[in-house]
Amino acid sequence: MPNEVFDQHWLPVVFMILMGIALLLYVCLDGFDLGIGILMRRGNDEEKDQMLATIAPFWDANETWLVLGIGLLLVAFPIAHGIILGELYLPIAIMLIGLILRGVAFDFRVKVHAKYKALWNRLFYTGSLVSSLAQGYMLGMFIMGFDVNLVTFLFSSVIAVCFCAAYCFIGASWLIIKASGDLHKRAIGWARVTMRLTALGIVIISLITPLASSRIYDKWFSMPELILLIPIPLLTAATFLGLEIFFRQFHLVSERYHNVPFIGAIIIMVMSFHGLAYSFYPYIVPEQLTIWEAASSIDSLKIIFIGTVIVLPTIFAYTIFAHRVFSGKISDISYEIEKPPEET
Amino acid sequence: MIEAILLARIQFAANITFHILFPTITIALGWLLFYFRIKYHQTRQKRWTEAYHFWVKVFALSFALGVVSGITMSFQFGTNWPGFMESVGNIAGPLLAYEVLTAFFLEATFLGIMLFGAQRVSPKIHSLATLLVAVSTTLSAFWIMVLNAWMQTPAGFEMINGKAIATSWWDIIFNPSMHYRLIHMLMASALTAAFLMIGISAYRWRKGDRSNGVKAALSTGIVLAAIMAPAQILSGDLLGLNTLKHQPQKIAAMEGVWETQKGAPFLIFAIPNEEEQKNDFAIGIPKLASLILTHDLDGEIKGLSSFEKAPPMTPVFWSFRIMLATGMLMLLTAGLGVFYWFKRQQNLPDWLCQLFVWMSFSGWVGTVSGWYVSEIGRQPYLVDGVLLTADAVSTTPASMVSLSLAFYLLTYPLLVFAYISTLFFLAKKAINPSPRPNKPLTEEPAHA
Repeated sequence: MPNEVFDQHWLPVVFMILMGIALLLYVCLDGFDLGIGILMRRGNDEEKDQMLATIAPFWDANETWLVLGIGLLLVAFPIAHGIILGELYLPIAIMLIGLILRGVAFDFRVKVHAKYKALWNRLFYTGSLVSSLAQGYMLGMFIMGFDVNLVTFLFSSVIAVCFCAAYCFIGASWLIIKASGDLHKRAIGWARVTMRLTALGIVIISLITPLASSRIYDKWFSMPELILLIPIPLLTAATFLGLEIFFRQFHLVSERYHNVPFIGAIIIMVMSFHGLAYSFYPYIVPEQLTIWEAASSIDSLKIIFIGTVIVLPTIFAYTIFAHRVFSGKISDISYEIEKPPEET
Repeated sequence: MIEAILLARIQFAANITFHILFPTITIALGWLLFYFRIKYHQTRQKRWTEAYHFWVKVFALSFALGVVSGITMSFQFGTNWPGFMESVGNIAGPLLAYEVLTAFFLEATFLGIMLFGAQRVSPKIHSLATLLVAVSTTLSAFWIMVLNAWMQTPAGFEMINGKAIATSWWDIIFNPSMHYRLIHMLMASALTAAFLMIGISAYRWRKGDRSNGVKAALSTGIVLAAIMAPAQILSGDLLGLNTLKHQPQKIAAMEGVWETQKGAPFLIFAIPNEEEQKNDFAIGIPKLASLILTHDLDGEIKGLSSFEKAPPMTPVFWSFRIMLATGMLMLLTAGLGVFYWFKRQQNLPDWLCQLFVWMSFSGWVGTVSGWYVSEIGRQPYLVDGVLLTADAVSTTPASMVSLSLAFYLLTYPLLVFAYISTLFFLAKKAINPSPRPNKPLTEEPAHA
């Protein structure tokens, strides 16, 4: 029945897109939190405080995109949720422990006795690193169809390292916008190094994925798809090149353009995500389960869809509001309600 | 199979027990912070900002612990209980989705503005952000309590091919026990926050801190506890009557009644024997259980043995008694607090302060034991009368579950320990503060 695919309901596709947006936003937004967590080890005590100040008002909301992404997987594709989370059981457990440590260390480090601050700083770093590695490893395993052997393990481990580099790249780009002084200068150096590692990771994934799956190979390397798809790798490469040139000329750039590396990093993330999503569509569990086979009943998807259409724009609106409240350089933050009295 | 289900249950119970400790504080503490904020706005008295500044730190720390343990939960729904979503996902899914969409983002985003934005937005917007955080934590409690109540007293659906299909969302949301459970939980949160506030303030008081901020927090906590403790006992009684109607097997386990009997005593102490279906030893007050539950001295209570699917008696029986004892102790403590604070003009004797400090985390004991009554009392069902827990459990290898369980069991107690010691450390640090404490004068903003 050749018409079957076209007769399929549109709602599972919508939920696939929504879930994709949530996970992409998670990777971009919590990406800079986690990246700064990893980079934090390289800052001195004062810089550590400054680095965390740049993410303090946001990290909580950023992490919520993961809950939405996983939540949508759970409620819209329950069978896939069971399979994917079952296959990735241990890396998920490790990621969760990492996220727990990172999240609580954020608050503990500024509230405990000064002698324990270094310990919580180290836990913050460890938590960020472990969660990022686990997430990258899971991406690798997902691409490899959850087949655990030495080759896939090595592949996933390389992806894990490059994933951390990508997070550090976004994190450093965020610091270029938000930090000032020495930290700002050091962030430029961090961004340049980690950007190259990120590029390496993307090249590896782009080469290995079509080799690992003939279906994906056919999806990319056939006409006219290839012509339509070629902008994805081209734009990604152009962004990398543009950023490289931008960094070389950075001393000429005014503060207005400090957001360029961050925007570039986001473009790269979006393009990579887009490429992956195209490769795996319509499968939600690679080569096993399509989104229609995994979807919940259309009635309950409708109920969630109505709420999502109303609420999601509201979420975007107040997220933008929050970012505007904290726009510009952030050097010092506090819980104080009143401005400190002027010293006389 | 028995082993897998036991492991999955222990892991889920460990996680959910750890999780509930923190929302139960933040739900009510959010409203208390809003109250402090508004009071300051109206009166411009410094004591309200003092109270706000201390308790906002407690809120931020509790919130962070609640968020991270909540994320773990969103994964464990699927990893531990795949059969749950398969069978009733059409109902549980939308409820969970609405919780994330309407509550989680709202609270997380405005928390950032509430905590760090006071100097970047107007006082009105800051108060609004504080209000939104309180509203959204409560909204989150609403959705999750709707789902939990639905699992206790399912309504508004029909089963087609082993899957629940919604027939009326109104009946699903306003299911028979929803109102009772939501109110009972919100009041539990109010009591938990009130006793935490009393306890930590009393700790500062005993160390000689007589600042206005401590007084403001103490009197707010005492008043709240004095209102909520008796009200909670009433709401518990109403929930009990509701449970008798819809889940009589749970009541039988709570009251230690094996055989159906008229004029059942209220057992103060008993050793239930699950094998022989009788109590090995029991002391009780004659006819009291029948009187409370049926409002008749000779009212009939069905025994646990008469149910084909029944929960284990011992954990339900004892959790219920721990909850009751905590509630009574709270009532007594709140009463003493009102007497000494208002009648004796803040002349608190040291033994009472000591009692207050001991009661700091009594809300946790009450809340957790109450949840155990509710959840273990629903066994062997996951959704009462609809889905057995054994049919929802995953086939994840026991070795993996044990390994991750070991991780959690190592992490959680350490975090609870760190949390409690940090609260007392913050209290110690807050005593007699200099006007601008703990602010290392690093970067002075350049003046133009």
